Amino acid sequence: MNNEQQTTKSKERKFLKLSGLEPLVLSENTNFINVGERTNVAGSKKFLRLIKEENFEEALSVAREQVDGGAQIIDINMDDGLIDGKEAMVKFLNLVIAEPDIARVPIMIDSSKWDIIEAGLQVVQGKCVVNSISLKEGKEQFINQAKLIKRYGAAVIVMAFDEVGQADNYERRLEIAKRSYDVLVNEVNFAPEDIIFDLNIFPVATGMDEHKLNAIDFIEATRWVRNNLPHCSVSGGVSNVSFSFRGNNPVREAMHSVFLYHAIQAGMNMGIVNPSLLGVYDDIPKDLLERVEDVVLNRRDDATERLLDFAETVVGTAKESKVDLSWREEPLQNRITRALVKGIDKYIVEDVEEARKNAEKPIEVIEGNLMTGMNVVGDLFGSGKMFLPQVVKSARVMKKAVAYLLPYIEEEKLKNPQVGDSDNNGKILMATVKGDVHDIGKNIVSVVLACNNYEIVDLGVMVPPEKIINAAIEHNVDIIGLSGLITPSLDEMVFLAKEMERQNFNVPLLIGGATTSKAHTAVKIDTQYSNAVVHVNDASRAVTVVGDLLQKETSLDYKKNIKLDYESFRDKFLSRTKKKEYKTIEEARKNKFQINWEASKIVKPNKMGVQVIEDVSLKKLEPYIDWSPFFRGWELHGKFPDILTDEVVGKQAKELFDDAQQMLQKIFKEKLFTAKAIFGLFPANAVTDDDIALHHNGKEYFFRTLRQQLRRREGVADYALADFIAPKDTGKQDYIGCFCVSTGFGVDEIADAYKADLDDYNSILIKALADRLAEAYAEYLHKEVRINHWGYAANESLENEDLINETYKGIRPAPGYPACPDHLEKLTIWELLQVEEKIGVKLTESLAMWPASSVSGYYFANEEARYFGLGKIKEDQVADFANRKGMPLEEATKWLATNISDE
Amino acid sequence: MGDLFAMKKNIQDLLQERILVLDGAMGTMLQRYKFTEEDFRGERFKDWKSPVQGNNDLLSLTQPEAIAEVHRKYFAAGADIVETNTFSSTTIAMSDYDMEELVYDLNYESARIAKMVADEFTEKEPHKPRYVVGSIGPTNKTASMSPDVNDPGYRAVSFDELRIAYKQQVEALLDGGSDMLMVETIFDTLNAKAALFAIEEVKEERNIEVPIMVSGTITDASGRTLSGQTAEAFLISVSHIPILSVGFNCALGANQLVPHLEVLSAKTNFAVSAHPNAGLPNAFGEYDETPEQMAAQIKEYVEKSLVNIVGGCCGTTPEHITAIADVVKDIKPRSLNV
Repeated sequence: MNNEQQTTKSKERKFLKLSGLEPLVLSENTNFINVGERTNVAGSKKFLRLIKEENFEEALSVAREQVDGGAQIIDINMDDGLIDGKEAMVKFLNLVIAEPDIARVPIMIDSSKWDIIEAGLQVVQGKCVVNSISLKEGKEQFINQAKLIKRYGAAVIVMAFDEVGQADNYERRLEIAKRSYDVLVNEVNFAPEDIIFDLNIFPVATGMDEHKLNAIDFIEATRWVRNNLPHCSVSGGVSNVSFSFRGNNPVREAMHSVFLYHAIQAGMNMGIVNPSLLGVYDDIPKDLLERVEDVVLNRRDDATERLLDFAETVVGTAKESKVDLSWREEPLQNRITRALVKGIDKYIVEDVEEARKNAEKPIEVIEGNLMTGMNVVGDLFGSGKMFLPQVVKSARVMKKAVAYLLPYIEEEKLKNPQVGDSDNNGKILMATVKGDVHDIGKNIVSVVLACNNYEIVDLGVMVPPEKIINAAIEHNVDIIGLSGLITPSLDEMVFLAKEMERQNFNVPLLIGGATTSKAHTAVKIDTQYSNAVVHVNDASRAVTVVGDLLQKETSLDYKKNIKLDYESFRDKFLSRTKKKEYKTIEEARKNKFQINWEASKIVKPNKMGVQVIEDVSLKKLEPYIDWSPFFRGWELHGKFPDILTDEVVGKQAKELFDDAQQMLQKIFKEKLFTAKAIFGLFPANAVTDDDIALHHNGKEYFFRTLRQQLRRREGVADYALADFIAPKDTGKQDYIGCFCVSTGFGVDEIADAYKADLDDYNSILIKALADRLAEAYAEYLHKEVRINHWGYAANESLENEDLINETYKGIRPAPGYPACPDHLEKLTIWELLQVEEKIGVKLTESLAMWPASSVSGYYFANEEARYFGLGKIKEDQVADFANRKGMPLEEATKWLATNISDE
Repeated sequence: MGDLFAMKKNIQDLLQERILVLDGAMGTMLQRYKFTEEDFRGERFKDWKSPVQGNNDLLSLTQPEAIAEVHRKYFAAGADIVETNTFSSTTIAMSDYDMEELVYDLNYESARIAKMVADEFTEKEPHKPRYVVGSIGPTNKTASMSPDVNDPGYRAVSFDELRIAYKQQVEALLDGGSDMLMVETIFDTLNAKAALFAIEEVKEERNIEVPIMVSGTITDASGRTLSGQTAEAFLISVSHIPILSVGFNCALGANQLVPHLEVLSAKTNFAVSAHPNAGLPNAFGEYDETPEQMAAQIKEYVEKSLVNIVGGCCGTTPEHITAIADVVKDIKPRSLNV
């Protein structure tokens, strides 16, 4: 090698490199490495309690949350008088190492006791950071420990501490850092890039004059160290600086932001920061900023007093309550990014217009300004710092911006025809399959994918397979995504997979929707199609899956692994289900649920026959809304109303709830939807073990019910819904009811109008609310029936909470749901009540209800009636069922497919 | 012999000049002898308490001629470096045969035999000095993974147990005349770190320098080691002491190793080594990539300037090494910015 090359090489900056399962390199492009500190018994009461209780499982979840939350290193500290620190360190690290999603990041082994540090170093394969050593106990011990750390292959944090004490001014920091560095580099031969200095962050604005320089001394010492001690890093615990403002978070946040802003510029490249106590520097109100900077940089003698005075006015003013428009004065890109991140569409057109004027071509605004902002959104969402509803709002802003630019882009294309379309990451076809009308989940996934710069070809709902196939070919899509909510849709998906195989498709297939599952996907769909089939049930995972599928470098491996994963899942699933045993239908019938009909109280309905309700006010339904599923739909998990104050998603849940409330009031006020209901109450008896016969207008109708066949423990009955109706041979006259409610009339029109107005957020929101209202209506109507129309529970008085918890007497099972999973009985309900003729709710070929926001079902009044899950049934019952229905066996098999046991 | 050693070129210098060739598989060659349990035992262990067939490292004591012959064949095929027959010669791995107490003998003898053959060749061809690298295998236990799926925090072996076992092996390998040491077939980086720790201790106690080769194993298409590290994370985890080379061996064929060698080559200033298997095992567990096929793959390494040291692992033979040596002979090595 020639000499010239050698010299240039040695002048190069060396970077601190750490590793967990994956590398972490602090290059010149790395702005700041955030160290997670909640796995520290000294810093987190919760973690201390978990370790004391030896609840390592939950302690691990603390580590996982930190990594998921963006910590790039996790600091682990077990220094507490009441725990065996060495044992706890080793045990916890061993468990962390076994969790790839945590162990991917490097570990910082934090202890003041050397034996704990060494025990930690002996169980971690990656390159760790030791926190910390210093010259406090003298040079000899310092050298010995450093030598061992080097031999164990770790980097080290060196505290600015020596035999005399802790460095508390600029000169002492320099003196100790320089001496430590020289000993490490020259005497121990320690790699200089593996040295990280902790230069002691001390509080400012304490009221004591000697503390005035604490922040500025740290910052200036950092600058000196980075300039004079080659290759090393500087770290520190930031929250110390604002110690004197405990209790005043707005001021603390501002102090942290200001401190970091200046310290990072000076060269601090790593640190412990509590993200929930960190504002954005640019968001700090000007007056507060000025006073905080005066303190941190020690710019005036009365800085502390001025900040203290000002702080009193800041106490309690929650950040979000103020409409702060100072961001409007920032540079254009910041404004656009902020509008996208915060979902503010108010100024986007004017900002985009400004960007367009600055750009050479209008397309550059999309590819540059807007994509820059959307990438921030994508990163925040990917790292769990943004939640689904926010992302959908971001998409709304994006769409508005793009729509504004489109005419200019078209114009440009006319002028300059060779300019191609804008680049995107790939094209994805989305469709709700034939016979199914539900699309909220599909729309959410589409929006989120679109945010990640995928082009979405959305074919809508009830899309026949040939249309999907043709559109896939025509648009040359990269992925096909199918969605469905009702069980017959599963067969449609299987059919499509077969068809894609037959036509030699080679694009991956995504499967999602409420009835879909990994098991069904692995067993029934994956086996039909030789390319990748992936079950994706939430939007955030959709982005990663699609990314992995389409990224050239990883795609092949990923697809191969997915295929293997589904194969092994299938094998496991099939071998597991083999253990299940079933009874014959005859055996099961002998073990049916017995009601003592002699003693059972049967109440004759106050009014028999069919009734239609057309004039219920939607407002009346509001108290009956069950909100928890609404939040689940937006991937915010928790129980209402606790979710509104949840530590993680509370803020977002509250925001979403407020939006929903606003929309709901608009729905009520403007009567946006029409609610309709029909129900009937009829004399009925069980005529065979599994059939219910009822009479209406001189005609006899039958509800065919299905019976549990899975062999369970002795003494547990094998239920069918027919068990809840008195058999004819008891001589007792019993009754049954059925109903259909809908709040879906008018929903699609409004949702489409929002969509046309590029507002997917409100489009999805209104559909989700319509669904909630339909469920609320079913709840409300059931109550009316119990108390008035049937009247068997005339004295019932239940809170809404009890309704949701179903503490009332009697049940209202719905065809397509666990107790009666076959959708066929809807046909009987429709015929009996004349649902379509009277209230206009239709059934599709898959027996989904249209409009989608509809609910139908039966009423059983017996107080022993209960909900149960049918589970899997055997061919003997299918044949029997076909016979009772008078339909060919193949047809019955098709409708019941998902409930027939595979063995 | 002392003079001869002094004349030998420093391996660092040699690496600047050309690509060095490592030997091929020992096990594959020993299979050809079809040694019986009796052959494995030899005179010395004829009454040993447990069966020993399959303990290839033991053959250094009971069939030293065969071991010397295999080394000879590889040197004759063009290898610059042969590995001692000590892959499993630690107390930990030898406990399968109750032979923990033989660890010193095994390593010492294996190194001595290899050194003897190397010196024969260096004497004959002084322009092409031959070297012995002491082979340090991963042992059969892992320090950062639990063998018990129900107890992920459990470990079957500790860092200190590994460190002590490796230290015994290292001392004997050096006493027997190894010119270098190679921590190889690393599936758990923590095991390797214990070995490196032991080597550093011996170096310090004896006040010597020894060139160290480090070679990991990427187990499958996931591109990670068995203990879950990516190639770059592995590299970072073993770069804390000055080593001669870092590389990969075993598990994959030459072709599959390319992307991982590219990572190493781009991210390290150490020399890069590769000794892949003769392809992936077929349905019968045999390696059937021919010398020509393998050499063609190795050609890609050198054309891309990925490596400084190449050889073979499972399934490779002197014929493979001849073909590889032929491919790399006049090629400029990957430049070293050490």
